[in-house]
Amino acid sequence: MKEIVVVSGKGGTGKTSVVASLACLIDRKAMVDCDVDAANLALVLNPRIIEEKEFAAGKKARIISEKCTTCGICRDMCRFDAISEDFIIDPVACEGCGACFFYCPAFAVEFETPIAGHCYICDTPAGDPFVYAELSPGEENSGKLVTMVRTEAKAQAERAGLSRILIDGPPGIGCPVISSITGTSLALIVTEPTASGIHDLERIAQLARHFSLPAAVIINKSDINPACTESIEQYCSEKSIALLGRLPYEKAISEAQRQGKAIVEYAPDLPVSKALRGISEQIISIYKE
Amino acid sequence: MIDFTGMNIAMASGKGGTGKTTVAVNFAWLLASAGQRVQYLDCDVEEPNGHIFLKPSITESAPSKVMVPVVDQEKCTSCGECGLKCQFHAIVNLPGDTLIFPGLCHSCGLCSAVCPTGAITEGDREIGIIEKGKGTKDMDFIHGILNVGEAMAVPLIKKVKNGQKDSYVHIIDAPPGTSCPVVATLNGSDAVIMVTEPTPFGLHDLKIAIDVARLLNIPTGVVINRDQGSYPPLSDYLEAAGVPVLAVIPEDADIARHYSQGSIILESLPHYIDVYETLAANFEKFLDTHNVHAGRMRS
Repeated sequence: MKEIVVVSGKGGTGKTSVVASLACLIDRKAMVDCDVDAANLALVLNPRIIEEKEFAAGKKARIISEKCTTCGICRDMCRFDAISEDFIIDPVACEGCGACFFYCPAFAVEFETPIAGHCYICDTPAGDPFVYAELSPGEENSGKLVTMVRTEAKAQAERAGLSRILIDGPPGIGCPVISSITGTSLALIVTEPTASGIHDLERIAQLARHFSLPAAVIINKSDINPACTESIEQYCSEKSIALLGRLPYEKAISEAQRQGKAIVEYAPDLPVSKALRGISEQIISIYKE
Repeated sequence: MIDFTGMNIAMASGKGGTGKTTVAVNFAWLLASAGQRVQYLDCDVEEPNGHIFLKPSITESAPSKVMVPVVDQEKCTSCGECGLKCQFHAIVNLPGDTLIFPGLCHSCGLCSAVCPTGAITEGDREIGIIEKGKGTKDMDFIHGILNVGEAMAVPLIKKVKNGQKDSYVHIIDAPPGTSCPVVATLNGSDAVIMVTEPTPFGLHDLKIAIDVARLLNIPTGVVINRDQGSYPPLSDYLEAAGVPVLAVIPEDADIARHYSQGSIILESLPHYIDVYETLAANFEKFLDTHNVHAGRMRS
């Protein structure tokens, strides 16, 4: 099983649009959306949900006011300032450590695992399996939900006899990103030639190195700042990061998205679509390696 | 323009790359140009970008640490109590050895509290750095930079927010997404300005981000960025949800070019000052409707 994960560091560089096009151009693979906070790949893959699974991880504490003697031990124990002066636990601040539950002398604290999201196992029109998830707004444990969607996708791939998995990753470099990239074969970084794009590219490339994961780069909107594009290319050659291609800025990508399509489907003759086909061929050979 | 001193104004979006930092930086610049004392807090500790535009001279830089347990193996009897109670799987008890996984630890202190032999003390671990300084227009600046490979952003975000100074207007740049780092950033804000783009991705993520703001009871307005004319799904949603549009910024290749160079748009393209003044005026009205004033909500 070979997994390729598309990441970016900076948000909004075009990860999901690139994945949507690669999904059209690469056959026989399973797809996963690991951006469980804000999953968008489903909006362009037109999936059909086959199975829905509940996600529960991490407990939350709640004080039963009838049993509470207002002794204050829980407030002394809580390091997250989650318990108010009138002994109500703020579910947003509670990190679920259980200190209040274990130390309450009146057994007035309930400590249970709420549903924190859902995982969707889907079929797509092309017949490839696709798994995504929705974390409930403001919830924690996005890293664990990422692990869940990846595990489900692997199971789907195995069942269908597929050996390739294409992962749409989340932005940033923290917990859900680390869960998305561990154990994969390649971090495909979609960047843009802006001062912020380069800054964030360096941090996500460092993260890949930190986990001894090979990286490759696609420069999106490469024509908006040619000097900056050149600096990115130089950075990649210094760090021995493969440059898979450049994509020109293309307004029609938004229009394709509004129609629920990848740009290679919506306008196959545009230069950006040709460039994506070139990139997809390289990725297919990486999968075969 | 009213004096926003004491207010905590957060910029968020759900989707990444919609222009949070651009709006935050330029709105901060507008307020500072009007003579207000502005403090910029960059809470996107995974990928902080505010400094690229505000170009602060950093005067203070300090490592940021969190508590982690330290086990005195001499005193440890391998009773297993700490590993049993730890909800984060950060402690594994083996016969004759107690292993700590610092990356999973939430610093709750429960293990040291439950240890019957006092074998667990509290040490610390660096997760990133906090830098402070003065940026353009004499703006006070603070950001956190998460160490590469570190999973936990929330404690560092809380440290950035602890650097908040009184008698300033606080412009808080949030990370993308809708989970715990965003909650930690928005919590305690007086109002949030969501920066969105008129696309299906932008709208999908905006809805979740607005749900987070509602959960936290924070009044929310929207800035539509990269506008290309009518996008009914967005306007219909905002109308139904009762969320006002505070400003509309058009799709403009000039903005993209100046942004790519790390410039402040209002310095390079001064004709956009009008748009940001409209934002400030609409924001002021919006605060009035929600009865929000300087640093706290009026009851």
